[in-house]
Amino acid sequence: MAESSYQSIRYEVADAVATITLDRPESLNALNSAMRGELRAGLKVAARDDAVRAVVLTGAGRGFCSGADLRGGSPEREFRRVLTDEYNPLMRAIRDLPKPVIAAVNGVAAGAGVSLALACDLIFAGEEARFIPAFVRIGLVPDSGSTRTLVRTLGRHRAAELIFGGNPLSAAEAHAAGLVARVVPADQLMDAVQAEARRLAAAPTKAIGYAKRLINHAEDASLDESLSLEAGLQELAGRTDDHAEGVAAFAEKREPRFVGH
Amino acid sequence: MSDDVFILVERDEARRVALLRLNRPKQLNALNAQVMDQLCEALEALDADDAIRCLVVTGNERAFAAGADIGEMAVASPIDMLRGNRIAQWDRVRRISKPVIAAVNGWCLGGGCELAMALDLIVAGEGARFGQPEINIGVIPGAGGTQRLTRAIGKSRAMEMVLTGEPVDAAEALRLGLVARVVPDELVVEDALALAAKIATKSPLALRLAKESVNAAYELALTDGLAHERKLFYLLFASDDQKEGMAAFLEKRAPDFKGR
Repeated sequence: MAESSYQSIRYEVADAVATITLDRPESLNALNSAMRGELRAGLKVAARDDAVRAVVLTGAGRGFCSGADLRGGSPEREFRRVLTDEYNPLMRAIRDLPKPVIAAVNGVAAGAGVSLALACDLIFAGEEARFIPAFVRIGLVPDSGSTRTLVRTLGRHRAAELIFGGNPLSAAEAHAAGLVARVVPADQLMDAVQAEARRLAAAPTKAIGYAKRLINHAEDASLDESLSLEAGLQELAGRTDDHAEGVAAFAEKREPRFVGH
Repeated sequence: MSDDVFILVERDEARRVALLRLNRPKQLNALNAQVMDQLCEALEALDADDAIRCLVVTGNERAFAAGADIGEMAVASPIDMLRGNRIAQWDRVRRISKPVIAAVNGWCLGGGCELAMALDLIVAGEGARFGQPEINIGVIPGAGGTQRLTRAIGKSRAMEMVLTGEPVDAAEALRLGLVARVVPDELVVEDALALAAKIATKSPLALRLAKESVNAAYELALTDGLAHERKLFYLLFASDDQKEGMAAFLEKRAPDFKGR
């Protein structure tokens, strides 16, 4: 893939970690149509490339992502079409990517930027990070899946306070609420995220992918459905080389070397 | 006509099941006259094969079957369609007396969906998509789609699918009752074969009449259907398998059905 073909994101692979950086710092990485397209394309490459075993999503400059690009007036006259065709598939792509995806929230995450962070599996936040679902402030409602995730992670009443335009959620508050896995001083954020991503990239990738499917499924499933899918995916996980390696390493009292299949 | 082999058959005599794979991958298993002809021949041969008691039909990872061969039909006249009469092939599928499971991954559209519905039950992968998109190319389902889909999921949802051509995913197909179960894509064939193997432990005579009786529910008024079922039930008391099945139950052992 020609990495240089991206205009509004950067896509870099190192140590089996694909780092996707939203790269329009002058607008705090506001999402325009081009960026949404490139993000979907980058996520697709990361999903298909066997050499990629973990993904990091972050923003260039001071912010993570300020949401939809509002400059030049209301950007999207056809809200439903743009959400259905562009935003929703983006959130789906992150959820369906069979590898761990870490959001490195380096600054403000607002509007759809909150949705983007929440769609990731783990969120690491810099101390200055703020989560601002600013939709109602401009007369809109939360979208791109943020309603569901906020209700489930914060609980209905705290979610309502935040969504109705209450104080933004600080990194510390988001951590206390269980949204954020770790809060790190801003200058150490990317090192901490890359260390965690490399650790996950060396883990049994198939098992993590199957576990992610189970986690996605468990949000909607009954106990019986969940038990049944666990049994099916355990059958598949049990056939991977990484499972054999994990068991062998345990028996031989050594560190496992997982290959990702 | 070419010599292409469009149906690959694997027999498993130990479990008394057979797997038929649609094998026209470049066309996403589009069902042309030759594919259907070979499928019917293979199904009929296995139907007559006493070593096999239950069948599974599958496609590949991308598609069970993505419809009929539009290239073949695009320039056809009504008389071509009538004379070719390829839809008559589909009656041969319906006459198979052994249970046939459709194991569906990926696209199951148009003729593919009609084929899956013409079989006895569907096991679907999570990524399977079912639809009748014929309306998009100016025709309607022609091999049972409007009839079987309506019977399977009811009028309003069938109308929605047939009038818009939009497919439904596996989870929705399960809610609608179109499929019997949804499993991870990678386990579809394996689970369908395991289900077939479980079915194959039953009496082949009872299976045959059970299938006939369930299918009769689509054909007969309730009073006639109940009378029909009752006669088939009584008929089985003439079989060795009924004696064996009930004896094994009373003796708390597994039955050994011979199909007599």
